[in-house]
Amino acid sequence: MADAPTGLAEQYDDMLQQREASTLGMWTFLATEVLFFGGLFLSYTIYRHAYSDAFAEAGRHVKIVYGTINTALLLTSSLTMSLAIHAAQSGRQRALLGFLAATMFLGCCFLGVKGLEYKSDIDEHLVPGAQFQHGLPAQAQIFWFLYWVTTGVHSLHLLVGIGALGVIAWMARKGKFSAAYHNPVVMSGLYWHFVDVIWVWLYALFYLVNRH
Amino acid sequence: MNFPLFPAQASKVAEQTDYIYWGLLCLSAAVCLIVFVPMVYFLFKYRNGNPADRTPLELPEYKIEVAWTIVPTLIFMCFYVWGSRQYFLIERPPPDAMQINVIGKQWMWKIQHPEGNREINELHVPMGRDVKLMMTSEDVIHSFFLPAFRVKQDVVPGRYTTEWINADKIGTYHLFCSEYCGTSHSLMVGRIIVMSPADYTSWLAKGQPEPSLVQSGESLFRQLGCSGCHMGNSVIRAPPLEGVFGKPVPLNDRTVVQADEGYIRDSILFPAKQIVGGYTNDMPSFTGKVNEEQMLELIAYIKSLETQSPSPEVRP
Amino acid sequence: MKTTMPQTVTPEIPNPPQRLLSYFEDGGQTLGSWLLTTDHKRIGILYLYSILVFFVIAAIAAAMMRMELLTPAGDMVTSQTYNKLFTMHGTLMVWFFLIPSIPSVLGNFLVPLMLGARDLAFPKLNLLSWYLFNLGGLLALYAVAFGGVDTGWTFYEPYSSAFSNSHVVTMIAGVFVAGFSSILTGLNFIVSIHKLRAPGLTWFKLPLFLWSTYATSIILVLATPVLAMTLVLVATEKIWGLGIFDPKLGGDPVLFQHLFWFYSHPAVYVMILPGMGVISELITCFSRKPIFGYHFVAFSSVAIALIGFFVWGHHMFVSSQSVYAGLVFSLLSYLVAVPSAIKVFNWTMTLYRGRIHFDTPMLYALAFIGLFMVGGLTGLFLAALGFDVHVHGTYFVVAHFHYIMVGGMVTAFLGGLHYWWPKITGRLYPENLGRLAALIIFIGFNVTFLPQFVVGYLGMPRRYHAYAPEFQIFNVMSSAGASILGIGYLLPLIYLIWSLKNGKKAPPNPWKATGLEWQTPSPPPKQNFAQTPIVTQKPYQYSPEIEEELIHG
Repeated sequence: MADAPTGLAEQYDDMLQQREASTLGMWTFLATEVLFFGGLFLSYTIYRHAYSDAFAEAGRHVKIVYGTINTALLLTSSLTMSLAIHAAQSGRQRALLGFLAATMFLGCCFLGVKGLEYKSDIDEHLVPGAQFQHGLPAQAQIFWFLYWVTTGVHSLHLLVGIGALGVIAWMARKGKFSAAYHNPVVMSGLYWHFVDVIWVWLYALFYLVNRH
Repeated sequence: MNFPLFPAQASKVAEQTDYIYWGLLCLSAAVCLIVFVPMVYFLFKYRNGNPADRTPLELPEYKIEVAWTIVPTLIFMCFYVWGSRQYFLIERPPPDAMQINVIGKQWMWKIQHPEGNREINELHVPMGRDVKLMMTSEDVIHSFFLPAFRVKQDVVPGRYTTEWINADKIGTYHLFCSEYCGTSHSLMVGRIIVMSPADYTSWLAKGQPEPSLVQSGESLFRQLGCSGCHMGNSVIRAPPLEGVFGKPVPLNDRTVVQADEGYIRDSILFPAKQIVGGYTNDMPSFTGKVNEEQMLELIAYIKSLETQSPSPEVRP
Repeated sequence: MKTTMPQTVTPEIPNPPQRLLSYFEDGGQTLGSWLLTTDHKRIGILYLYSILVFFVIAAIAAAMMRMELLTPAGDMVTSQTYNKLFTMHGTLMVWFFLIPSIPSVLGNFLVPLMLGARDLAFPKLNLLSWYLFNLGGLLALYAVAFGGVDTGWTFYEPYSSAFSNSHVVTMIAGVFVAGFSSILTGLNFIVSIHKLRAPGLTWFKLPLFLWSTYATSIILVLATPVLAMTLVLVATEKIWGLGIFDPKLGGDPVLFQHLFWFYSHPAVYVMILPGMGVISELITCFSRKPIFGYHFVAFSSVAIALIGFFVWGHHMFVSSQSVYAGLVFSLLSYLVAVPSAIKVFNWTMTLYRGRIHFDTPMLYALAFIGLFMVGGLTGLFLAALGFDVHVHGTYFVVAHFHYIMVGGMVTAFLGGLHYWWPKITGRLYPENLGRLAALIIFIGFNVTFLPQFVVGYLGMPRRYHAYAPEFQIFNVMSSAGASILGIGYLLPLIYLIWSLKNGKKAPPNPWKATGLEWQTPSPPPKQNFAQTPIVTQKPYQYSPEIEEELIHG
């Protein structure tokens, strides 16, 4: 493999094959992720159907301001991520680094806002258990249980995404990418957009459905 | 050690289920013959070293494949229909069956007869009558398995499930818990005792005088304060319960539910879940205040209100 | 070698300058060279070691259970211990032996070889999945060693979260981590089969083992995450003390069963499809015939994988799900049996006018067909709604799935292991001992599990520590059979290890087989092929008219 610096692994014949393989790999992984969240969405749907009143009442305590800010943050981050990919494609290293940093920064902001929201949820006794806010029906705890688990798992995904972008940014700094080879940027972008799309679903299910 | 090959058969349903068993055994035997006889023949005839004609044949492969796809499918469908009909028979209790309550808990079966007789790990039933078991669990999932009747149903906490039998042989048969439920799962066993109707009546009489389920339910109804709101002359407006059981109830969200055991149970434990049309939810939850046995007594009482006049003072 | 029909045209290399180093030699024999390898062949070997450890531990648990069940009274171990034993047996066998057995060991070794590729698409990911597998396994072993788990491998709610006082969370963590290993392996196979096929190797020239591996991988990738999330919910519920399956909050424990079986039923196909793929390879090679109905055998694997996603509810016919749901699931369960039947018919038809060699792998293949038939036919019993009500949760079910998983998958695994042993190790195993072991296993297996059908039909529930006395005779038979089976499994373990040093050296293609994996030296070089092969023919171009001598030890 004489042209090793381009990042061609030995099991592939050429860059095209390698790129196609990693793209297919990423989409397969995202299919896995869809089903991973699928279990949660299914549970949510079933209980929402069974206990619609309790869920509506529970949902009125969700902090829509935080949720909306976070939605805006993540959507913007998807934009900067796309710009990063575009920069990578056209071989603009400084722009790539800048957009990656912006994306990571927006991701961190999201986690910060989420932390604030969690704190106010805790203050309002919205954690299921003995301390759970009185006056809410029993099944409201199911809503809140799902809220904590789903948003928690999503935040974990975002954290992984920020870490992955960190690695990509580090590689970019070392000049690993070029207009010819930038597939890892595209792959991490796919993952980032996926995490964003999952959030849009969460936003709809936990924040919006209960508003009339 | 004896060598039984067939379980005792104590009901018509058991007999019918066994026909399916025999049918499937015949099917299996036929399939085995169809596959193994040619296979053994091929293995013998075409073994290496044995002279045989091995020139490849042009077989109508596609037709053969379609044939052995469609034929098994059709045969399977017959068994599907047969099995499903039996399932509907097993799963749907006859409407006028007498009801006995079963409560599973780690690791025993508690039985309530309507007359108030209670037993543990033993179930006495009269022969020749449809008996419906109304079952729930206090803790984990159990399963009420009566092999001699070929029936089984999971007993699930938080909901009522039913199972029914009509015994046609007097005798004592096994009762097993067949859903793993913890340490002493294998000791959660008992007996079902099928008696002649006369013997059953005298067995019931021996257990008296215990208050009937309806009587126990009625006194609970007063103790817990239900009567304060749900009786005709109360100050707080709550839906009347007379005649409610078994009828459709229109709810606030414009849906309609059937007032069955599960509905009454949920209304007591989770009053906010389904609110009767035209009412607001002012009822406290009785979660933790009513155990499963009391719940069944309350339900028996509310059911009894269906047939009597508005005055609850008169017992049926 | 006499002339066989060449499947591949390897570009002529005039006198290769030197012999290529095998994957054993290339890279050295240091511990680091194994633990940090990204060579799919070495990773396959690593998996073999790992699953062997879990198999032995889980088998010991089974042996103790069979000893306990010799007498009706629960007199050898306590109920608590017995419950932990069957949980240990189930979890370890399912997640740490059966699911990785053929896919991770033989699949890892063979997929790139059969594809004519140099490695899997993502070699580092492959190594990572081995580490995840072991991490999961260690967590599971930790749970077993420091107190055990008593929920059964199914972790049914609400017992697992609210009532069991055992190491449920640790065990769940172990299964969760191992699940990611499955996902990554499946992902690797899917991408490799799509993208790394040698020139000329079109989809319909793929060996059937790859078709079944592909179908298996789809299941691994799409079903495992649902299990992972379900287990997260159970563990959260256990730690938190409440959750969405808790009836006290209005939660539904039956929902757990839906989610669990949505994974675990397809997982059953993970535990049989690869076995079917192996059998297709063995039957063709040892009857020297192309497979009958290649397309139907190939598509039946995919059909099983797809329909298999929609039959989970047949585990729940008495769980209080709606009777109409029961109807649908029963129908689909019958339909999923059709592709399996197609496979059996095609295998049988392949024997017709073949030239049948009764070498050890073939004996395992024939045993597979027999045992799988029994397992499949009793599956029809269980799919019949009215009859399932009686035998659900009894030993009938235990016997049924052991026929599929042990009679099917383990038999196929052993058959495959013997068949590819010369390729993997470069040594031949002793043929006569191999045949003897196959026979002992077949007899032992049937003596163990046939009586369980009867005792299940009589009504003996599974997971019973103590049982009614009239069931004893069958349990004694079963335990006796288990000891025969134990000897049967011990034999290959001994002579295969023996053959590593003492077996005859294997030629590149001892079975005169047509697959690409046989067109390279045994054991293969690190790069698999001296030059990328070019495929020009369909698989299994055997000719039964030609008399050939197979080489065995």
